[in-house]
Amino acid sequence: MTAKADPRLRSFGERGAIARSYRRYLARASLTLFAAVLLGGYLLPMLYMLNTSLQQPSQRVTAGAPVYPAVPATGTYQGQTYPIYDVPINGTTRELMLTEPGRESSTFVDPADASGTPIVWQGRWRTLSQSWTFAPEIDNFTTVWTQLNFPRLLFNTAAIAILSTLAAVLSSALVAYGFARFRFPGKNMMFVILLATIILPFQVTLIPTYIVFTKLGWNGTWLPLIVPHLFANAFNVFLLRQYFLSIPRDLDEAAMMDGAGPFRILRSIILPLSVPAITAVSLFHFFFSWNDFFVPLLYLSGKPELQTLPIAIQQYNALYVSEPTLIQAAALMTMAVPVVVFFLAQRAFMRGVVITGVEK
Amino acid sequence: MAQATELVQARTPRFGRGRWFGTESRREAVWGLIFVGPWLIGLVLLTAGPLIASLVLSLTDFNLSNPDAVRFVGLDNYAAMASDPNVRQGLIATVKFAIIAIPLTMVASLGVAVLVNSPKLFGRNVFRTLFYMPIQIPLVAGTLVWIGFLNPETGWLNGILKLVGLPGPDWLNSETWIYPALALIGLWGIGNFMLINLAGLQSVPTELYEASRIDGAGPWTMFRRITIPLMSPILLYNVVICMITTFQYFVVAYTLTNGRGDPNNATLFINLDLYREAFQYSRMGYGAAIGWLLFVIVLLLTLGLFAFARKRVYYAGGEA
Repeated sequence: MTAKADPRLRSFGERGAIARSYRRYLARASLTLFAAVLLGGYLLPMLYMLNTSLQQPSQRVTAGAPVYPAVPATGTYQGQTYPIYDVPINGTTRELMLTEPGRESSTFVDPADASGTPIVWQGRWRTLSQSWTFAPEIDNFTTVWTQLNFPRLLFNTAAIAILSTLAAVLSSALVAYGFARFRFPGKNMMFVILLATIILPFQVTLIPTYIVFTKLGWNGTWLPLIVPHLFANAFNVFLLRQYFLSIPRDLDEAAMMDGAGPFRILRSIILPLSVPAITAVSLFHFFFSWNDFFVPLLYLSGKPELQTLPIAIQQYNALYVSEPTLIQAAALMTMAVPVVVFFLAQRAFMRGVVITGVEK
Repeated sequence: MAQATELVQARTPRFGRGRWFGTESRREAVWGLIFVGPWLIGLVLLTAGPLIASLVLSLTDFNLSNPDAVRFVGLDNYAAMASDPNVRQGLIATVKFAIIAIPLTMVASLGVAVLVNSPKLFGRNVFRTLFYMPIQIPLVAGTLVWIGFLNPETGWLNGILKLVGLPGPDWLNSETWIYPALALIGLWGIGNFMLINLAGLQSVPTELYEASRIDGAGPWTMFRRITIPLMSPILLYNVVICMITTFQYFVVAYTLTNGRGDPNNATLFINLDLYREAFQYSRMGYGAAIGWLLFVIVLLLTLGLFAFARKRVYYAGGEA
């Protein structure tokens, strides 16, 4: 009741500016903490993957093994190797080597004790739990590398991704330039059809395309994964067209006065000014191709030497379901390239998503 | 799409008809068609042609291993679909999954976008990048990670649930829990939706928020009365794209059980059924009919969504 008169409170009120900025800082810190916890949960499966890929298979079937990659701890005593156990002595737990196991009492030696004084412990050693030491295992990665013929898969995946990206970007740039800079009959109608193809499920055109490619002898080659991209794609055309439209026409017209033809204008004016959009489209397509599953499954599943990574690790998983350490190592190796490239190029990438998404 | 047409008209400068009519404009049209040519050829060869071919194919019993024995069967494939338990199961599984996954994806992508848009958050760009990142993980690899993470004995999710005293289900082997589990796996795919929502949030004029703050509106009221209405075209776009991709769901289901559809056909999504009919059993005529069924369903749902949104979506730039 006398709060208003309390001098301490009044002085606190006078320092209101500091208190307010402190409170604001606290609010920001707690929001950031909340976001960090959420993000931690979101990415936790990745930590699981990393952790599992560094474990020995035997650790996963041993009761009482720790979560982190570890092996049972051992120590040497008089030239012999002995397992280390967590031994409760006088209320504290000590890590000791079991040198002489006995039924009701056993002899232990402290690994840190150079003189090796034997410690006799009363109790059943089988009730003790083993001590573990942190030991990441990289054998899983080398096993996957050789079993899967990983260099071959990396080469196939990268080669297909690069070739199909070149095809897609070149053709989409030409088409986008046509839509952005020329007037021709039926253009608006064509553009609407282009956008409409986005909602067309690819399954509906899949089977005739498969039959034709098979008749052409393309089944079991890379051609079905590359050739269709020579004919431009709605998403890429849309993104590039939007970008080309933002380039002032005066530049084209000035070049035209100097006698430049349409191809020349595209090459020396439009493309150099559209590097961010071209980069975004290239990245999108590269990752689309790197991660694609359905089309390589149709055309390459019977050709191990021509296969891409996603197909190969899916088949690997079907074979080695019971070996989670190998599977997680394979998953990590498959995502390594896309994730690293993403972090290197994330700005260009995320801007591209925004251009394609929002304008529609 | 109508918006796009307006853009074309608005951005193409109108030169005086007289000057551009005649050979000059004809030449421009020829160049335009040359540049658009690759797409036009592709439209005929890879879209329109196959679209018609698959409609014709769906009226036959075409089998790739014995193509000469092809017979016209009329609507038999479509009649067979009506009584095919796998097609029925494929549609049921797809709808069950869609009912859980689409709302979850939409709410999560909007929620994360609001979070990483907040000016109060430290390190906003780091959060944006990291929340976006999982969509770059090859879906097969991501699925393998989740298979391990959701394992009832050795996976971490049930380990965490056990720590807080909750019994964890056998996510991937239960006909009930498989759909929430797949929706959870789908959360790694929210990246693009989140980023599009983020751009939408940034395009809401700040004056509107300031004006309503003066009127005494709280954050929740502002979100519901200002953010959601102004974002509605973007939310509609996201729902349409999410719905289309859900009806084409394949990779995760195929990776999970190597295409078997376990447990008890719960993951026999319609697209997986199409794949099995056409490419494992070589019944391509029947597969084409399933493809057309899928196409018609997606088309009807898209039109339905647009019709539903007609009165509810607010276009700041006028009617679209």
